[in-house]
Amino acid sequence: MTEYEILRLIWWALLGILLIGFAIMDGFDLGTAALLPFVARNDTERRVTINTVGPVWEGNQVWFILGGGAIFAAWPALYAASFSGFYLAMFLVLATLILRPVGFKYRSKLDSPRWRALWDYALFAGGIVPALVFGVAFGNLFEGVPFGFDGDLRMHSTITLFSLLNPFALLVGLVSLSMIVLHGAVWLNLKTEGAVKVRAHAVIPYAALVFAILFAFAGLWLSHLHGFQIAGQLPHDGPSNPLNKTVVLVPGGWFANLALYPALWLTVAAAYLGALGAVVLSERPGLAFIASALVPFGTIATAGAALFPFLMPSSSEPNDSLTVWDASSSRLTLGVMLAAVVIFLPIVLAYTAWVYRVMRGPVRAEDITRNSKTAY
Amino acid sequence: MDIVELSRLQFAITALYHFIFVPLTLGLSVLLGIMETVFVMTGRPIWRDLVKFWGVLFGINFAMGVATGITMEFQFGTNWAYYSHYVGDVFGAPLAIEGLMAFFLEATFVGMFFFAWDRLSRVQHLIATWALALGTNFSALWILIANGWMQYPVGAHFNADTMRMETSDFMAVLFNPVAQAKFVHTISAGYVTGSVFVLAVSAYFLLRGRHIEFAKRSMTVAASFGLASALSVVVLGDESGYTAGQNQKMKIAAIEAMWNTEPAPASFTVFGIPDLQSHTTKYEVKVPWVLGLIATRSISTPVPGISELVAAARQQIANGLIAYETLLAIKKNPQDAELRTTLDAHVGDLGYALLLKRIRPDIENATPSQIDDAAKSTIPNVPVLFWSFRFMVGFGFWFIALFAAAFWLSAVRQLDRYRWFLRAALLSLPLPWLAGELGWIVAEYGRQPWVIEGVLPTALGVSSTAAGDVLFSLLGFALFYSALLVADLYLLVKYIRLGPDEAPAASPRLVQIAAE
Repeated sequence: MTEYEILRLIWWALLGILLIGFAIMDGFDLGTAALLPFVARNDTERRVTINTVGPVWEGNQVWFILGGGAIFAAWPALYAASFSGFYLAMFLVLATLILRPVGFKYRSKLDSPRWRALWDYALFAGGIVPALVFGVAFGNLFEGVPFGFDGDLRMHSTITLFSLLNPFALLVGLVSLSMIVLHGAVWLNLKTEGAVKVRAHAVIPYAALVFAILFAFAGLWLSHLHGFQIAGQLPHDGPSNPLNKTVVLVPGGWFANLALYPALWLTVAAAYLGALGAVVLSERPGLAFIASALVPFGTIATAGAALFPFLMPSSSEPNDSLTVWDASSSRLTLGVMLAAVVIFLPIVLAYTAWVYRVMRGPVRAEDITRNSKTAY
Repeated sequence: MDIVELSRLQFAITALYHFIFVPLTLGLSVLLGIMETVFVMTGRPIWRDLVKFWGVLFGINFAMGVATGITMEFQFGTNWAYYSHYVGDVFGAPLAIEGLMAFFLEATFVGMFFFAWDRLSRVQHLIATWALALGTNFSALWILIANGWMQYPVGAHFNADTMRMETSDFMAVLFNPVAQAKFVHTISAGYVTGSVFVLAVSAYFLLRGRHIEFAKRSMTVAASFGLASALSVVVLGDESGYTAGQNQKMKIAAIEAMWNTEPAPASFTVFGIPDLQSHTTKYEVKVPWVLGLIATRSISTPVPGISELVAAARQQIANGLIAYETLLAIKKNPQDAELRTTLDAHVGDLGYALLLKRIRPDIENATPSQIDDAAKSTIPNVPVLFWSFRFMVGFGFWFIALFAAAFWLSAVRQLDRYRWFLRAALLSLPLPWLAGELGWIVAEYGRQPWVIEGVLPTALGVSSTAAGDVLFSLLGFALFYSALLVADLYLLVKYIRLGPDEAPAASPRLVQIAAE
């Protein structure tokens, strides 16, 4: 393998790690927001719920921002094609995510119940919509989206918001949502006491069951879709130009990698073990949280393993699909960015771990009344 | 409006909105660090009150900075897809490093700042506050490295096989002189904004005769920090002018409404009415030598005017067309080494040929008059730049005077003596925002028609999205941001009026609801 090929593989893995990092870290606070109307019945309970993520959600959201930045730096063609192709879906995600920083900060700054109820809805939308839309986007990748390039590599596409909202993609969206809700419930089970904990605890088995069924159903459906495969030789260290290859569609082709490397089924097993662990270990909330973190890991790793080497398949012009071998940055940029990740990510993980240690322990109603001015 | 205009408008609105909140975050984060350092060193509780009060206002503003910032990270992809493809190899890296190095630091420690007063020792909390300030400043560094490259695209080359710009020297991108000058200029402007904010709100307290000790201490910090920053803004603004004079001559000429070359040493036009029809500037008031010194740091170098630069652009378009035609030939014949040599010789002007794309798609067949039109399209909007620049600079000098006065009054302990001074401080509140936004208009509108100076015309950078979708998102963002801005201002005013002492306890009614 050449250096360029190895760098592309590393950056494909890093893309996965960033998405998984986002789903695990930001996942529980999206899930917490999605559960807000269901686990909290009065203002103090709502404030307890919100304050479980209050000190950390902002750092968690950087996983999402960094995901965007890293895709831009390492996979510029993917960054350009996916975000412009999924334009209105992306607008929907951004609009609801924008509500979160403001919602968290402003909600408890005024006493008016109407003001607070308004922001509670905003936070709820900011939890549920991104979780759903990210799943829908992933679902569309498996079906392929209609786009292609001209000779200058300018993209053209016929993607619309409604073409994105097709049954299979919506199913994957629900897989994503159930996974996020499960993770949020497990988090609240860990970080609260009393009524909120009881209600969150009750959600766990249902969320796990829904996830398990939908994930299996999505897999079954996937086996009936056409998978994309590169025909002939495409050099793994060639220039990043998606116009130099031929792509064929194979029925059930998305399972080719799993058939070739049966060890990849371990990612599927990880998702199921995680969901099971979240239920079985729910009396030991710390362990249950680690278990439920396995669910996004297993789910996203499975999706990545099945898609490889495709990043964004095209349904209308399959030959123009974006793959690991022809949509990356230059060798130099991938190398520089890898150095940046190797230097900074351990530092980030170290101080993030310190913050979680400082903020350990459940959030109680007394904490809210005592710090009524500073708490969210 | 077509997709290009809609996309530009959306970017302008979202970026200008974002920059309402960013400079205050930059300035207040450092001011909070200074105030808390004094608290930890002296142990006097009033300094903690200072940190907490200004911290609440910081938090209200910070949330909006984060909210409007989310859009910025993704907008290159959603609305500027061809731009992202064309320069992502170079431009994406600083954005990603910004996330890794700056956003995580800032976002993780902002949580600590607000939530961990009871859980950390004084020194630990102080470290958290400085980590937050450091994070905000790092983020300014990386985004300005990215922006600096748009103004002065060093360390990169065009790759015919991938049809895009690629990094050839990352260190050159990192240590881009334009980026360095812009970074210090911009963070200093942020510090000025934070200082004016603290000064003005404190002046409001003194005018009302409330929180006297609190306000005086706040003012003292703001005065010294603000004076240093205001001086730095102007000096580093001059550095920006010099670096622009080196590589963005058209921007300088437009700012100066200088239609023809100024013989050395060029004079600076303090006032004038630029006339677009006759390409003249009426009622000019000129100061000899000043422009020559700013733009060239010499008294013997002439500063080129607009008509000379247009003539140069015409030549560059002709040269760029050779590169473009060679590129077409390479696509048919990728292995031909001779074609590649020809391309390398002319590729530096490829961007100029691409200016023709706005006029006709088959630019290799462009007529001389179309080339003329394309060359003229390199002139940015002269009156807008002329006036934006002059107001920005005027505000810059006003801040120096304001902070010098505040510094003097603080030194002689007379901060609450002169009501005219307090009124002037209060009325100055909106000015740093105006100066900052005008500064960005000069920098970005002045770069037109380029999105990457000399490399990629703005009109080519857009996505292939339906114009209707962009109109929808544009209206959505405008409405959304405006509603959030109203909430932001309402809360700021409310919490300023409440002042540092009276903690707003939850109303008895809510406590009752909560208890039920």
